[in-house]
Amino acid sequence: MDLDLPVTTFTRATGNPRRFRSPLLNSALVSALFFLGRKSARLSVLIASVATLSFVLVSFSPVDPIDAYLGPSILKISPEQRAVIAQRWGMDQPPIDRFVRWAANLLEGDFGVSTIFNEPVLSVIGKRFATSFWLMLAAWCLSGVLGFLLGVCAGAYESSALDKCISLYAYTMASTPTFWVGMVLLTVFSVQLGWTPVCCAWPIGVDPQQAGVLQRIHHLILPAVTLSLIGVAQITLHTREKTLDAMHSEYAIFARAQGESRFGIAFHRALRNVALPAITLQFASLGELFGGAVLAEQVFAYPGLGRATVEAGYRGDIPLLLGIVLFSTVFVFVGNTTADLLYMLVDPRMREKTERESR
Amino acid sequence: MLDRLDRRSTTIFTIAGCIFLFGVVLTGAWLYGEHGEVTHLNSRKLAPSLSHPFGTDWLGRDMLARTLKGLRISLFVGLSAASCSAIIALILGLAAATMGKTIDAVVTLLVDMAMATPHLVLLILIAFACGGGAKGVIIAVAASHWPSLTRVIRAEVLQLQSAEYIKLSQQMGKSRLYIAKKHMLPHVVPQFLIGLLLLFPHAILHAAALTFLGFGMSPHTPAVGVLLAESMRYLSMGLWWLAVTPGIALVIAVKAFDILGSNVRALLDPRTCQE
Amino acid sequence: MSGVRNIMLEIRNLSVHFSSYSKGLKRKSVCTIRSLDLTANAGQVVAVVGQSGAGKSLLAHAVLGILPSNSTVSGDITFKGHRITPESAERFRGRDIALIPQSVAFLNPLLHVGTQIARAAVLNGLPAREAKKAALLALERYGLPSHIYKCFPFQLSGGMARRVLTATATVGSASLLFADEPTNGLDVATAQETLKHLRELADIGKAVVLITHDIEAALQVADKVSVFCGGVTIEEASATDFINSGRLRHPYSVALWSSLPNNRFIETITAKSFCSLNGGCPFGPRCEQAAEECCQQMPELIPLRNGKVRCWHACG
Repeated sequence: MDLDLPVTTFTRATGNPRRFRSPLLNSALVSALFFLGRKSARLSVLIASVATLSFVLVSFSPVDPIDAYLGPSILKISPEQRAVIAQRWGMDQPPIDRFVRWAANLLEGDFGVSTIFNEPVLSVIGKRFATSFWLMLAAWCLSGVLGFLLGVCAGAYESSALDKCISLYAYTMASTPTFWVGMVLLTVFSVQLGWTPVCCAWPIGVDPQQAGVLQRIHHLILPAVTLSLIGVAQITLHTREKTLDAMHSEYAIFARAQGESRFGIAFHRALRNVALPAITLQFASLGELFGGAVLAEQVFAYPGLGRATVEAGYRGDIPLLLGIVLFSTVFVFVGNTTADLLYMLVDPRMREKTERESR
Repeated sequence: MLDRLDRRSTTIFTIAGCIFLFGVVLTGAWLYGEHGEVTHLNSRKLAPSLSHPFGTDWLGRDMLARTLKGLRISLFVGLSAASCSAIIALILGLAAATMGKTIDAVVTLLVDMAMATPHLVLLILIAFACGGGAKGVIIAVAASHWPSLTRVIRAEVLQLQSAEYIKLSQQMGKSRLYIAKKHMLPHVVPQFLIGLLLLFPHAILHAAALTFLGFGMSPHTPAVGVLLAESMRYLSMGLWWLAVTPGIALVIAVKAFDILGSNVRALLDPRTCQE
Repeated sequence: MSGVRNIMLEIRNLSVHFSSYSKGLKRKSVCTIRSLDLTANAGQVVAVVGQSGAGKSLLAHAVLGILPSNSTVSGDITFKGHRITPESAERFRGRDIALIPQSVAFLNPLLHVGTQIARAAVLNGLPAREAKKAALLALERYGLPSHIYKCFPFQLSGGMARRVLTATATVGSASLLFADEPTNGLDVATAQETLKHLRELADIGKAVVLITHDIEAALQVADKVSVFCGGVTIEEASATDFINSGRLRHPYSVALWSSLPNNRFIETITAKSFCSLNGGCPFGPRCEQAAEECCQQMPELIPLRNGKVRCWHACG
């Protein structure tokens, strides 16, 4: 029987790592440590290449960051004042020098200063991510749980009315833009029915520190539902496929031969086989989640990291844009690595294999 | 007649139906011409009715005309970007599989890098690098959709290369061109076509998302994303049709491509749909 | 030897077709079993012997009613007097009719082996606690230590896996057992042991249908042998008929007999090339005694000398 191992980028080992042949090193913990070591190396390579490529891309942009920063006041600035700004930002130096300086700063943890917010980039990212975090967490959990249940039900009762309804929903949602779903929900629930607020993460005019938990949740509902509607669809489709594979597998045939019903096969036998790939999928969906959050936050004017990305791109805030690119890369990488680690720990065949490898 | 409709016939009918739908959209857009640009200040903000099936906007422009034209632009942007992406994927995939380990490692690293950032973030980055506009959107979408198809083509060609009959052909002295043409092409071309068709929905959706966010803004190319972005302002005033109808049209168009792609795949590669 | 009352399973003219899609979604139909006949009594081991390939294994799936949805089954299957159809087979599955599958691939790789045996017991009607005890008992019966309960299938050796599969089928009270290629890939000692287990099961009153391409293994424990070639049953003989080839009724069976290591061993007879799927007798193209009607028309299965044969030249 085949349990398809996740074909995520990061499960492929980067060549053969050095193996210490000591008889003491044979526990699961040690193999997990080796694993983390390999992954950290890979992350460094990835960050380095992404940083380089993004910097190169950004240097190509015809958008002059100084013009973007100045905006309407560009007419009031004299050429000398402009040169001073250019010098302060290091814009008067050749690209290679700028890149080296930027990279060196990065290694020290200095991501530069955002030109839109006039704050250190890391601080902006931190604040904005704190706002987005709850939105993404809510949508992530909701899509994961609902998506799994719907996917298993659809796959277990293939071609039934239930399956057809669920599949119709999932396939349609997969063709629907996230931002449009948000707009429809906004129109129905906020504008026509008035049940939910029209924008933002807390009531307008209220100081963020003062906004209560209930108010925040009230503002969170529609964006979270928007993200979930699409997220559930994607996870349902994948889970359904895995469930179908399980239901057609050899152990399912043998289970039927023993008198097991469809429900029995799905929930007494195949659940674990479907849950393992589901874990991988759940963590691998963090990338899509981030992308969806960008759109949802735009529709609902939710001041999170997604909205900051759009503003940074639109208004030419290069330090912030680059910072967000790197941050999101690390975010996705952590997600995939967690998936691989969990898979290694939970799948008995992987555990045995890695234990053997570390001996 | 109906009981003679087997799987093959329904698939072919479905494909024909999708193509017909696209024909209708394109013809409609062409017939309407510049109608959607004309403002009628005395018929502003009208809800959908018989004379204006999609209603009118705040300048009195007919939304059906605007939607059809917007759909045509969105489809054009999406399709051209997807085609470029698919060609890039073909070249990279073939190169990775046939030109030695170094190139393979480089291509694999490129693929990993491209898939390491959330897709939309990458799109914004590239659109920014190109300075926005419709050109920026096309380049951004084209430059970010090739990774998964590259992987598929690379895997397919690698698998073919290690197949017994290819090795036999080589030992029998057949030239590389002969092997490529007779043995590999019949397998790679269907995968490529199917991959291309299945790229369309994603490309169209992502292009719409980028234009919605404002990176493809240009008053002369009112793609559906632009229509929807502009309608955001009027939603709170209750002009729901400005957002709902173009969106439904986009969903139907994207879904039609999806259906087209999976039906063509069923025809060319029945392994994927044995009952 | 066995009266009509003891007939456990009777199959007449079973046929199984599959439809699949080729390029361009053109539907094509593949016929794997054209006409299979079988009678199994309580206390007997009946071997179904034929070329290695997917055809014979489907026999078990057809009786249990678990063939995939793109299959068409026709023919008469009677179990203990009840007619079995794919729909009605459900109440017999597991409880009265059990399957011992080909390999450990038919077990869930992510669940403990003992859990899976216990589940089979639950499906037989035992409550959960009793099921666990029954599973441990079944393991003990086949000489497996109790720590095997918590093992995963991939941790078992070939012999242990075979015993676990047998335990799964016998933890309940099934009276008809199908053993699908039980000696595949096993070394001689383990194969002998497996066959011995099957014989023991028959000796306590069950009916065992042994599906295999290994005629030598079959003859060690079988009471009756049903020879299968080109999708049809061409002879039903008792195992004693195979002691010398004079008592066999069909030229193909004689060729099978010759391929046994102790006999003349002319050539291996179980390769696919020996049985054709044309209109006439499957062995027609290769038979020394073939006449014109042998290659054109399929003969009927007729009783002959306490057995059955499908041959134009069969006589007393």
